Amino acid sequence: MSVPNVPSTKIIRLRYFALLREQAGTAAEQRPTTARTYAELYGELQACYGFSLPVGQMKVAVNDTFVELSAPVQEGDDVVFIPPVAGG
Amino acid sequence: MKICQFSLTAEPLNTAALSGPLSNDAAGAFVSFEGWVRNHNAGKPVIALEYDVYPSLALKEGERIVATAIEQFDLIGAIACHRYGRLQLGDITVWVAATATHRRQAFAGAAYIIDEIKHRLPIWKKEYYATAPAAWVFCREHHH
Repeated sequence: MSVPNVPSTKIIRLRYFALLREQAGTAAEQRPTTARTYAELYGELQACYGFSLPVGQMKVAVNDTFVELSAPVQEGDDVVFIPPVAGG
Repeated sequence: MKICQFSLTAEPLNTAALSGPLSNDAAGAFVSFEGWVRNHNAGKPVIALEYDVYPSLALKEGERIVATAIEQFDLIGAIACHRYGRLQLGDITVWVAATATHRRQAFAGAAYIIDEIKHRLPIWKKEYYATAPAAWVFCREHHH
């Protein structure tokens, strides 16, 4: 899918876990965004909340499926940024 | 029908109950692994752990990991369970078991599952220290 040239405002849902939840001060929010890609969206959130981890350390899941950070943001997305994991 | 299960729980793991479904007369080997909360990490005394999990994606990924292990290592069955929430020293953090006709497949299958859980499962660990503020820690070989 190509990324549109003119940014439009989309309403998305975000959920936060672990470090991002603590830094955002919330577990979930609805948010209007003009970000075209998830990488841009993360930049927007970083500016807002001061997330300490760089986008290069993030993965992103949309509607419970991993997608590329360069994929286009869609209206109604359920977005979760995934910092480095530590299971086991 | 091969047994293929992945679960998450906030309760202490009951390994005897978890392994029950793996009983199978065709299996010649059963290998299990337990991760435990230890009292130190990177030189710091640890007093407790907390896991935060993204449940819907963790269940999907966990089931995929167990199913792939069964396929790749010709297992008869495999089950894994990860704990979340607040854990104390000595608690079991994760439990993995694999059955196979022979031991090599069972060892390899169990090792694959725990390695993939550490690399891929969307679950995060916060360490509480005796002498320093709590911190979210990352797996050294995390997902990048």
